[in-house]
Amino acid sequence: MNTPENNMTISYWEKPEETITRDALQSFQLEKLRETLRHVHANVPFYQSRCDDADLDPESMRSLDDIKRLPFTTSDDLQLNYPFGLLAVPKDDVVRVHTSSGTTGKPKALFFSKGDIERSANLIARCLVMTGTGKGDTLQNMMTYGLFTGALVMHYGAERVGALVIPAGPGNTDRQISLMRDFETTAVHITPSYALYLASVLQKKGIDPGKDLNLRRAYMGAEPYSEETRKKIEYLFGIDVYNSYGLTEMNGPGVAFECPYKNGMHLWEDHFLVEIIDPETGEVLDEGREGELVITSLRRDAMPLIRYRTRDITKIMSDTCACGRTHRRISRIMGRSDDMFVVKGVNIFPQQIEQVLMGIKGVAQNYQIVLESLDQLTIKVEISKDLFDGNIDHLLKLQALITAKVRAEILVKPSIELLEPGTLPVSEGKAKRVIDLRTM
Amino acid sequence: MDKVMQVSVFSENRPGRIEKITRIFADEGINILAISITSTNGFGIIKLLVDKCDRAYDRLKENGFTVTLNEVLAIEMRDSPGGLHEVSQILAKNQINIENAYVYVVESRARAFLLIEVKDIDKAKEILSKEDLKFFRYDEFKRR
Repeated sequence: MNTPENNMTISYWEKPEETITRDALQSFQLEKLRETLRHVHANVPFYQSRCDDADLDPESMRSLDDIKRLPFTTSDDLQLNYPFGLLAVPKDDVVRVHTSSGTTGKPKALFFSKGDIERSANLIARCLVMTGTGKGDTLQNMMTYGLFTGALVMHYGAERVGALVIPAGPGNTDRQISLMRDFETTAVHITPSYALYLASVLQKKGIDPGKDLNLRRAYMGAEPYSEETRKKIEYLFGIDVYNSYGLTEMNGPGVAFECPYKNGMHLWEDHFLVEIIDPETGEVLDEGREGELVITSLRRDAMPLIRYRTRDITKIMSDTCACGRTHRRISRIMGRSDDMFVVKGVNIFPQQIEQVLMGIKGVAQNYQIVLESLDQLTIKVEISKDLFDGNIDHLLKLQALITAKVRAEILVKPSIELLEPGTLPVSEGKAKRVIDLRTM
Repeated sequence: MDKVMQVSVFSENRPGRIEKITRIFADEGINILAISITSTNGFGIIKLLVDKCDRAYDRLKENGFTVTLNEVLAIEMRDSPGGLHEVSQILAKNQINIENAYVYVVESRARAFLLIEVKDIDKAKEILSKEDLKFFRYDEFKRR
């Protein structure tokens, strides 16, 4: 299933924008970049001083390359400016906030104006129509609804194209299967690890997706996965799987998406200006080289971000695509940028677990999360020396308490291993908290 | 009645932990009188009655062990049929519930001590002191 069906007509949601010539696209980008810089210069002190320090006057920008004079915006900048520091419009003009934990555990806040929500839904609409989903389809959204952008942004876009949306959220696999059967779900939005888990449950129940379900395609993202995993999932379900890329800092999903040719993800360049840099030196790399993706938002009101370092490793593919879209593609994400992981279809940040553990008396600082399978999470916890009283019942109670509290936070029941203090390796600087033994 | 302290060590259930503890005791000239190991859910507690409990505690702590001292009752009994029954009758009569127990045999077929952990040790000691029982005394076991 690597090429679109022969009789497939290529559909567009916004054909003029999606097939715009490269020249026109670049002029449009320059215009939007100027607008964005003008907007942040006037409204965000953080960016005003950055522009002034670089002696960059938005009015006098002549080329897209001028942006290289500005420093990068990092995850740390978002955390330091939490909650309102990077907001570019009055608080009254924002209608939604999403937050995302950073690698250091401090939150980042991302604001959406009404227009931002419209535009993010519109980009999803492009992605869905591009891959054949529209009116008459039923999309079962198995991403986490909540502070995580994944589910909501997709939800709005799917409604926009006229699909019936089932806001299933993750987990509760039996119910997912009933929903898929009862409503004849044709498309799912799902993480790769949950898709694999779902396939194993279907198999156990003797349900043959090809015969018993109506499923045609899956939109998969939120965690990096290999081409082999895609092929495996396509085979197990008898469907097409399309790779989806997004990040909360840039609206969530819909930043880049595969077309039916499944050869890299078209990144919507009329909304995002992309660069690839050497993650060590920050040097901008030539097109086609692999490095860290840096994105400048070009069409956001509430919280534009300039040269945001995504931490995701990819490369730009600029050869023409047979689908007719002129927006360049990025390759499958090669590096795990973020610490987020998924168990039983639920997005989990190590920081959530850390927060719970650190709030429990009797638990020492060091812990480790071990992912052995798609549905099992083991947390190794060092007990606190001072609270040990020789009573095994107290330890069993502590173990049960940790299990219950972590479960309440992440919605997945962990297996808790109590360890002696000093057992886990202590690394310099950032500890390796998550040991992922799964192969995907 | 001597205050009899047992050394409790937290340990993950993995090979080599007892080896390390006993090596430290061997090096320090600490004699182990009785040992009990409880293990559940991947971890365990090793309980030891030793002749020099303070030194044992200090050395284990220095070596990074998670260790604590707690008081146990050490009641003498005959090491022959009916010995434990005599003692347990007295415990039962006084409504003393055993949380954990193990045995130190001093002279095989002659004398042993029943080591027990109870919820309220002070109360248990008070009650049992009125009974016709003999208790463990450290001076008898100090190595010269």
